[in-house]
Amino acid sequence: MAMQRRELIQLIAAVTGCAFVGHDALWAAEEPRTPLLYSDSDVDFLDDIADTILPATDTPGARDAAVGRFMARYSAACYPPEHIALLKSGLADIDAQMQTLQAKGFRQANAAARISLLTQIDRQAKEHARLADAKPGDNSPHYFTLMKQLTLYGFFTSEPGATRVARYRPIPGRYKGCIPYKGETFWSW
Amino acid sequence: METTQFDAIVVGSGISGGWAAKELCEKGLKTLVLERGRNVRHIQDYPTMNMARWEFPLRGDSSRLEKEENPLISRAGGYDATTAHFFVKDADHPYIQEKPFNWVRGYQVGGKSLIWGRACARWSPSDFTAPQRYGYGIPWPIGYDDVAPWYSHVEKFIGVCGTREGIETMPDGEYLPAYELNCVEQHLRAVLAQRFGRHYVSGRWAHITEAQPIHREQGRGTCLNRNLCMRGCPFGGYFSSNSSTLPWAKRTGNLTVRPHSVVHSVEYDEQLRAATGVRVIDSETKQELVFKGKIIFVNASALNTNLILLNSKSRRFPNGLGNDNGLLGTHIGFHNYRAGMGGQLDGFEDKYYEVGKPAENIIPNFRNVHAQDTDFLGGYVIFSGASREDLNETGFAETIGANFKKAISQPGKWTAYMYMQGETLPKVSNHVRLSKDRTDQWGIPLLIISVDYDANDDRMVADFLTQGRAMLEAAGVKDIKSGDNRQPPGLDIHEMGGVRMGSDPRTSLLNAHNQLHQCKNVFVTDGACMTSTGSQSPSILYMALTARAAHHAAAQLKLQGKVG
Repeated sequence: MAMQRRELIQLIAAVTGCAFVGHDALWAAEEPRTPLLYSDSDVDFLDDIADTILPATDTPGARDAAVGRFMARYSAACYPPEHIALLKSGLADIDAQMQTLQAKGFRQANAAARISLLTQIDRQAKEHARLADAKPGDNSPHYFTLMKQLTLYGFFTSEPGATRVARYRPIPGRYKGCIPYKGETFWSW
Repeated sequence: METTQFDAIVVGSGISGGWAAKELCEKGLKTLVLERGRNVRHIQDYPTMNMARWEFPLRGDSSRLEKEENPLISRAGGYDATTAHFFVKDADHPYIQEKPFNWVRGYQVGGKSLIWGRACARWSPSDFTAPQRYGYGIPWPIGYDDVAPWYSHVEKFIGVCGTREGIETMPDGEYLPAYELNCVEQHLRAVLAQRFGRHYVSGRWAHITEAQPIHREQGRGTCLNRNLCMRGCPFGGYFSSNSSTLPWAKRTGNLTVRPHSVVHSVEYDEQLRAATGVRVIDSETKQELVFKGKIIFVNASALNTNLILLNSKSRRFPNGLGNDNGLLGTHIGFHNYRAGMGGQLDGFEDKYYEVGKPAENIIPNFRNVHAQDTDFLGGYVIFSGASREDLNETGFAETIGANFKKAISQPGKWTAYMYMQGETLPKVSNHVRLSKDRTDQWGIPLLIISVDYDANDDRMVADFLTQGRAMLEAAGVKDIKSGDNRQPPGLDIHEMGGVRMGSDPRTSLLNAHNQLHQCKNVFVTDGACMTSTGSQSPSILYMALTARAAHHAAAQLKLQGKVG
């Protein structure tokens, strides 16, 4: 992280032609101050889940964008403790379900089995959300809703996701209010 | 040795303080700008301006810890990890909420002009006369015609985009080319005109959409639509004190900006019957200093201007400078942003836009214009826009894997939204005052804020919820979700009043040129001067009133050698 930050500061210094003033205070507020909540193996597992949801095709996938690491970092810094626990319990549950189906862990299963299981869990998560909407009071999400949100957010705000899957214009120039649409990907934000 | 004698002192370097500095310096007055926060230089001190989202560890979001440590400021519009350095930290700058009020502050050179919303519509003639006509306020001492040339003066300099529409309730100004409406916004415009006789107009924003020589002279260029405005703009595409008025003032050789200068009070001399200077605490050395000036502009932002004047006590003014009638700090207004709505609409799927615009559209006020035609007083404007939704997987056949990735990477259905910005009524009960026993880290009394909504605001919200839904439904918007968020006042960041203008010294604090009735060399031209709130975004009116008052002050000084 420290290395990356220094490079970033150099980059900004190069672009703006001046020192990166106030970066310490700025980044101190940004850095997650929570203890390490995810093991390397958890992060790998999250990467596999994310990469099953958004695989590499003719464009990069979630693993190329290190979405697993993002999911760990973001949830540790931004989620309330009960959602972190929920997310982690989801890893165990996904593994256990794959054991029941295939007599092996999620990470040992092939792509078709992974897609099939996550599609089924995704359906359960949507049903969970539908029931929770209808029944105010209990708004605890399904763990897979968290995983999918983090995957989509993490991927489309990553450099590969934002620039090589979605379309990115760092300096757009003139705004055009009305242009034809012919199936292109969205503008990243 | 630091110079302590100036022709003019301006308290605050935000949107109105910057304008006071520019105008006074251009008139040849040696001007001191006192800023309580740190220095922020244009471009050099915008640390995040060129960062891509993936370069932030949390992609620009604030951590839970940061939000927990800053429950008030972290709710401010535009606040996140990309901009947090331009907002105060809650713990550093306490105040007392007698009623819930989120006081949003940006303590730095440039103030909140770095992080403002940039909406720049003019008030209409009826906005100035409505409080008196409908009996909910004192008369403004000036009308639209007094301000119109100053609106033009400001618009040309800062750069405001917009279309000329000839709308009675939102007069045209000196505009650069407008942001185009996209296809759904054009549709909304047509439906509102045909079905409701209402206007749907590309908003008027302080963006240089086509740089003119006057902008290039400031070192500013055309807006390139990065839509990262609140981080500070490397092109000076939007107006801020930092990019525009302060460097302009500096070029005259007449400007001194002193950061880290917390103003304690304005000094009053009984013999001279005038203010003589400003008492300051240096926030770094904790040293107390006095700066002398012939005229003083108090532009500390609405509520801090109230605080400073309330704290400026003397034998002549035991209740605060100019406060003979006891009304200083009362009739605080704000804008009602409580309600919004949005939904999806079918069609237009062969249309898109490129890429984004730092702008929204506006529906000017259509309520209580010629007569009281609703069950509430005042008016409201509506901000609106349409865009294609991202990352909505409703109705997808596959929800995991390669086909899902392809589908979710494309723009979704069109959505359209509206939210209100409503006038609030000036009331003596909505007030600020000084704490008798609690002080800040500089020994200055804490401000007690006692401001709340009333039943008129509730009725206005109800009307917007009905009207907004009717307009969206008429345009074919479906599954409309709407709500009244009941957010505390303050989050609008449009706090106004407390030192209101008026012709009658018994009911107002400032005259028609923003001078304290009782101490004429003190001018207040920030939000504190507002007699009523109107329904349009107020900053450009503050700028126009500031330029107008500064010209008056400079002319008086030239003629008489003093103001008063």
